[in-house]
Amino acid sequence: MNLTDDVDVDGRRAQSPALGRFLADSAQKNGILLAFVVVVIVFSILQPAFLSPSNLTNLVLQYAYVLILALGMLMVIVLAQIDLSVGSVIALTGAVAAVVCVRGGAPWWAGVLAALGVGLLVGLWQGFWVAVVGIPGFIVSLGGMLIFRGLAQLLLDYKSLSPFGGVYYDISNGFLNGLFGGAGFDVFTLVIFTIAVVGFALAQWRSRLGQIRYQQKVTPLPAFVAKLVIVAVVALAFAWQISHNRGLPIILIILAIFVLVYGLVMGRTGFGRHIYAIGGNLSAARLSGVKVQWVTFWTFVNMGFLAAVAGIVYSARMNGAQPAAGNGFELDAIAACFIGGASTTGGIGRIGGAVIGGLIMAVISNGMQLMGLSQGVQPVVKGLILTLAVAFDLWNRRRSTATA
Amino acid sequence: MTDTILEMSSITKKFPGVVALEDVNLTVKRGEIHAICGENGAGKSTLMKILSGVHPHGTYSGQIVYDGEEAVFRSIGDSERHGIVIIHQELALSPYLSIAENIFLGNERYDKLGLINWNRTNAEAAELMRRVGLDENPMTPVGVIGVGKQQLVEIAKALSKSVRLLILDEPTAALNDTDSEHLLGLLRMLKADGVTCIMISHKLGELIEIADSITVIRDGHTIETIPDSQATQERLIRGMVGRDLSQRYPPREHDIGPEVFRVEDWTVYHPTQPGRVMLDHVSLTVRAGEVVGIAGLMGAGRTELAMSLFGHSYGSHISGHTYIRGQEVHLRTVSDAIYQKVAYVSEDRKRYGLNLLADIKTNISAAGLRQLESPVTGWVNQNEEMKVAEKYRSTLNIKAPSVLMGVSKLSGGNQQKVVLGKWLYTEPEILILDEPTRGIDVGAKYEIYTLINEMVSRGRAVIVISSELPEVMGISDRIYTLSFGRITGEVPIAQATQEKLMELMTKEEEVVS
Repeated sequence: MNLTDDVDVDGRRAQSPALGRFLADSAQKNGILLAFVVVVIVFSILQPAFLSPSNLTNLVLQYAYVLILALGMLMVIVLAQIDLSVGSVIALTGAVAAVVCVRGGAPWWAGVLAALGVGLLVGLWQGFWVAVVGIPGFIVSLGGMLIFRGLAQLLLDYKSLSPFGGVYYDISNGFLNGLFGGAGFDVFTLVIFTIAVVGFALAQWRSRLGQIRYQQKVTPLPAFVAKLVIVAVVALAFAWQISHNRGLPIILIILAIFVLVYGLVMGRTGFGRHIYAIGGNLSAARLSGVKVQWVTFWTFVNMGFLAAVAGIVYSARMNGAQPAAGNGFELDAIAACFIGGASTTGGIGRIGGAVIGGLIMAVISNGMQLMGLSQGVQPVVKGLILTLAVAFDLWNRRRSTATA
Repeated sequence: MTDTILEMSSITKKFPGVVALEDVNLTVKRGEIHAICGENGAGKSTLMKILSGVHPHGTYSGQIVYDGEEAVFRSIGDSERHGIVIIHQELALSPYLSIAENIFLGNERYDKLGLINWNRTNAEAAELMRRVGLDENPMTPVGVIGVGKQQLVEIAKALSKSVRLLILDEPTAALNDTDSEHLLGLLRMLKADGVTCIMISHKLGELIEIADSITVIRDGHTIETIPDSQATQERLIRGMVGRDLSQRYPPREHDIGPEVFRVEDWTVYHPTQPGRVMLDHVSLTVRAGEVVGIAGLMGAGRTELAMSLFGHSYGSHISGHTYIRGQEVHLRTVSDAIYQKVAYVSEDRKRYGLNLLADIKTNISAAGLRQLESPVTGWVNQNEEMKVAEKYRSTLNIKAPSVLMGVSKLSGGNQQKVVLGKWLYTEPEILILDEPTRGIDVGAKYEIYTLINEMVSRGRAVIVISSELPEVMGISDRIYTLSFGRITGEVPIAQATQEKLMELMTKEEEVVS
């Protein structure tokens, strides 16, 4: 009866063979992943050093903060809000850590705790104004951008404060290596990556078994295996490369844990569902029993927390705090989310997408630096990529729904 | 010049995988009001989209002869230049612009310098507004006038484009009886002026009253075109659903148990205008296995009553008492209400009921998500979620190939079933349905009535709010009338007549001595 309304991609593809459908589906769903692969290939052709062990290691060390920010920013954006203050919060939390550790001589963990505490306070402050008072996040965080930048400058007395050294420095510059030895490469890195790959495969297999038990459609077995093999090959190749440099960066482990945890929060928990529900339709979410204020509040608190983590990571990487640290980082994080397929009006966006978006930003910045492009060219290219990536996503989505 | 203004013949429109229209013919005589009826998804809107150039020439097969010439419309602009104007069900007005600005939007009145000539704009707007009987200042923002008047602005806008063939998609769906009457009167007047009208509507009584001929479409085919003199509701329904709906309301066993829900002295003030009483000492009861109707005109406080009861979702300074099975309960938040097994299905499913960005599955689990969360990890069991969604898809007969399909692609009736599924999954004892069949077709209406019967047969209590009196009378056991925020009557179904209810629904506040 619903002739016009029921037209959809599934109906059209019903006739095509399973594998073909899977491929077409994957291309559509993973457009942004394809874009990432293309970017990587382009840079590795333009600059062969791009895939070298030392550069891949640097890539991880240098851009971890963007990915950490993007995780929190994605949640804020799906909620149909925005947080412009995170760059300033990076400066402020880095300053706090430096004041505690460098100026005060306290141990590294005191600096970390102080920075995280300040980040949470920032989140509480902004969450209060957004969730309880009801001021749009754009305005609150625009104010926050000024407030926290100013506080960072006051705290540092307009000068940079360094060096951290020691464990704090190792957060972003340290490596776990040599534990199992190895002939010119780090066996430990390979072991960890192998465990991760096996864990990933097992988790995927379990989820597939669950789907079969519930009689859902699953991806055809060859495609499923192919996907696992591709993931394993890429991950192990990456591990092989970095094991030939300095081994497993500590920051990579931290990053992996954060991505995993936030992926689960957004994908698998009620809290994550509620964020999507609020972004999709605020009134409907409220009338479905979603505690809109509560969810909004904690999303902003979480953003403050993650900005502090990024602040720690960045100040550790720089081995010091600068009043101008983190300038413009909020835009990198926001761009990562939008490149990764988040909707500007909320309700749509995935952690995985934001991570890939962040990686695309990182690869482009790093690649251009390797090629020695001038300072002016780099932002131009980044801006173009952002625009084109979102345009591509839009086109891809229209094509997939271009029916009724 | 011929007697026929429009002849669409052998129109076939295919979407990938589906034939939306097959060999459809439509002949419209000059100066008539021609109604099109059919279930949601039958292809009415697609046909009108082809006529107005939304689906451009070449994307369909068949021929359109308009005013004696073959019509080749590649865009809405093309069809508008030929005097064909379509007014969509969801009005396309900009709320912050004035009536005059909206009327001439995209069609502005300029002076010699290329700037907007406001005197001319407002004067011409006033003239058009007089023609459609809209008594407002042309400079009033559209957002502050009611839906009925907004509809008139749309018609004035159409008139400003020298309309000769006006297409109205469900023009009265959101209007109350007075506004509907006015609108229908206006269509008759336009007809006298020589404007031809094509009107899509679900309100069969209204169609028979106003139309000169009625074309019935079902499953992408034209079933028949009936001259008004031969049209009866039964014949139209038979044509639309392909079977006799001997009764429009499914029969039900009446097995009424003890009181489940009681409201006493429920008083609610306007959320932003202090001192404005929206509901005044409302008291009512609902018993197990009972359907209680609440009849009231627009603005009587029906939705305000439902939403304020449902977790104080409307209003301020709420006072009064609510009891469930004799125990006083405080439903201060929606979560409280859900916990107490109260469910509320809103009148506006797109605005208050659905996450249109999400799929059927996610919408169905939205209110009862807690049942899917693991008590240990807090993770949502997605496999179980699929199973639940599948269950409601089959029991509610939601027509979709998969529960992973986006709800925005569903027809109105199926969207409404998704919202119902969402609330049934919370396993409510008390179900408040606000206009549960608004904008959905006869077949889906019947299914929803059947569902209501099923609910009460399991001992649940149902409150139905509706502005259609036949509907309230068709499904309720007992009816409360609401007027100006007060309960003005309580009528057992056996004593209910439309006249009596209408009298109570229009009863003004008694003068307090």
